[in-house]
Amino acid sequence: MKKLMLGNEAFARGLYEAGCSFVSSYPGTPSTEITEYAAKYPEIYAEWAPNEKVAMESAFGASLSGKRSFCGMKHVGLNVAADPLFTIAYTGVNAGMVIAVADDAGMHSSQNEQDSRNYARAAKIPMLEPSDSSETLKFVKAAYDLSEKFDTPVIVKMCTRVAHSQSVIETSDREDIPDKPYEKTPSKYIMMPSNAKGRHPVVEQRLKDLAEFAETSDFNKIEEGSDKSIGIITASTSYEYVKEVCGDTYPVLKLGMTYPMPEKLIKDFAASVDKVIVIEELDPFIETFCRNIGIDVTGKDKFTGIGEFSQRYIAEQLGKELPQYKSIDENIPNRPPVMCAGCPHRGLFYTLKKNKVNVLGDIGCYTLGAVPPLAALDTTICMGASISGLHGFNKLSEENSKKSVAVIGDSTFMHSGITGLVNIAYNESNSTVIILDNSITGMTGHQQNPTTGYNLKGDPCTKIDLEALCKSIGINRVVVVDPYDLKACDKALKEELAADEPSVIISRRPCALLKYVKHNGPISCDEGKCIGCKSCMRVGCPAISIANGKAVIDNTLCTGCGVCSQLCPAGALGE
Amino acid sequence: MKTVNIMIVGVGGQGTLLASKLLGKILLTKGYDVKVSEVHGMSQRGGSVVTYVRYGDKVYSPIIDKGEADIILSFEMLEAARWVEYLKEDGIIITNTQQTNPMPVITGAAVYPEKLDEKIKAAGVKADCFDALSLAEQAGSSKAVNIVLLGRLSNYFDFTEGEWIEAIESSVPEKFLEINKKAFYLGRNFKGED
Repeated sequence: MKKLMLGNEAFARGLYEAGCSFVSSYPGTPSTEITEYAAKYPEIYAEWAPNEKVAMESAFGASLSGKRSFCGMKHVGLNVAADPLFTIAYTGVNAGMVIAVADDAGMHSSQNEQDSRNYARAAKIPMLEPSDSSETLKFVKAAYDLSEKFDTPVIVKMCTRVAHSQSVIETSDREDIPDKPYEKTPSKYIMMPSNAKGRHPVVEQRLKDLAEFAETSDFNKIEEGSDKSIGIITASTSYEYVKEVCGDTYPVLKLGMTYPMPEKLIKDFAASVDKVIVIEELDPFIETFCRNIGIDVTGKDKFTGIGEFSQRYIAEQLGKELPQYKSIDENIPNRPPVMCAGCPHRGLFYTLKKNKVNVLGDIGCYTLGAVPPLAALDTTICMGASISGLHGFNKLSEENSKKSVAVIGDSTFMHSGITGLVNIAYNESNSTVIILDNSITGMTGHQQNPTTGYNLKGDPCTKIDLEALCKSIGINRVVVVDPYDLKACDKALKEELAADEPSVIISRRPCALLKYVKHNGPISCDEGKCIGCKSCMRVGCPAISIANGKAVIDNTLCTGCGVCSQLCPAGALGE
Repeated sequence: MKTVNIMIVGVGGQGTLLASKLLGKILLTKGYDVKVSEVHGMSQRGGSVVTYVRYGDKVYSPIIDKGEADIILSFEMLEAARWVEYLKEDGIIITNTQQTNPMPVITGAAVYPEKLDEKIKAAGVKADCFDALSLAEQAGSSKAVNIVLLGRLSNYFDFTEGEWIEAIESSVPEKFLEINKKAFYLGRNFKGED
């Protein structure tokens, strides 16, 4: 049956049709929906793990037990899971195991634009790169066969434009895959040096076999062209842009398997054209391989390694005619994303800004605390870096300890904040950590996590008690505040910064966008009382603006959180 | 046939994704090759959002670049102006005249430009500007502004009224159906200046 499916939904369909029965992932844009859609199939057990390393190890365990398994993550998540990745490459699998990694060229929602193909080469694991939804479905199913045939995990690399584009697919039924029996095989699965030394040659031979397979595999295909003055080698979404611009003019070698690459196929292709151009986003991955096998190509000297491509960019670089357009001569203000009206982070960030503290930040919606007027963040690095960074920032500086905090969300704390807090307790830095507990993983679109009391399927489950956890780690001072209560936030911050031992402040209130959260009626502004001082504007709420010198509340946005009312010196903002 | 390019632009939270979902659904039943591209995550939090819908015999790229859109359906005036360069020289922009201030305007760091509809038309761009928000309120909910705009857009396609209604019925929850149908007709039958 023909359907219009998001790349990520097609990925989940591929898991279903391939008989995958175990899914463990950590959410991360643009990979999240694969696991959300997989969870809709009753035949698939799907869960959110606390982080990508746990997800990958769990998926490996399921494969070991004989079930086809999957774990999914964004590009930076693969950094977290890199440790098991490099050794699972040595052990191989029992039942098929597929890993999704979704890159974000253009950084629509990420802190860097690393190219995950480098991991395939570094870990010596095969990588497939589909370029639309239909290929995604096909490749995922084939990835399981590849995984079992060559005894290796297989990475299927997505990118924002493949993951978040819908295109037409045709579905088929789920394969009935019997469980593979688990047999104890110490020399294969216990990677201590003596065994690992035996496995490394196996990995190298496997790569050679995979490269041989790539020569004739239909993952890679040559599309003929009438003009052989140029031949284009490309992959992923870049292929779509190339075809959009060039149609059938030039011969195209589309690589669906980007690691390992087919040396002979590429050499033959290069020999059939006058000049080879490699068109790929981010790093010169295919280009470097071509150069290493002695083919002179045009690549990153012409097609940038920064950001994402489009058909217009490709056309421009190939010297084609570009579509004309009309412009207006006007300065259009940017519209950056902002903390939502009623966001519980707002009151807390206002308090941090007011107290002029250094704020080591983390990954989540609260990164939006960096933009004016709140502008209350000093750093954003990676998941968990706020807490460990604060320890280093404070340890040798009494002055820093008294005016610096870490802010981290509930989900991010579970992901990799806990170990940082252990370090603070164990190595005794006088640090103040603020957990922004909004009872959900917010930025990626509301996923459950170990602190929410619900699992991926929405069923009630064990709820991790943050206060008890922090205390058990050895933090004696654990306080809970309501971020809508500015006085309480201010008091807690001042007290904990002044204390002579580490502390955790839990700023607790559910995300305002959660369906179960009941809102008060909107705030109204008494124009007679409003003195136009703009104090309410200091919190950067999208529901407040100034018109004719008076505050105006947007009733369609305002949730009645009351943070602005507490800032009004004239008592003009009330219910 | 040549690929047709439609962009749906607006502010995160305005319901642009439902409009592209409905459109994609109808185009698929018509047997076209269709691609719909959207961006999730960070950009949803009240930021500028854009969805690309492309259809034809064979569609390659999932996105639309400058000078390529046949139609831009805009949910907000500033967003119409932001994306106007993506329109083909003979394309048309259909826009809600509603204004939503972005944060730089709210904080006073930038100014919301005046009379954008007139400026767009003065540049020689074919524009269909109307107040979709009041029509949505007339239908019973300000949130139905996306369906009002879809109704307006439906005039530029030769699909039957029934086909549009069917797509709405299969995508909108039962309890909002009446409001959405009303919103669709208000948008579709609105007599603009053209």
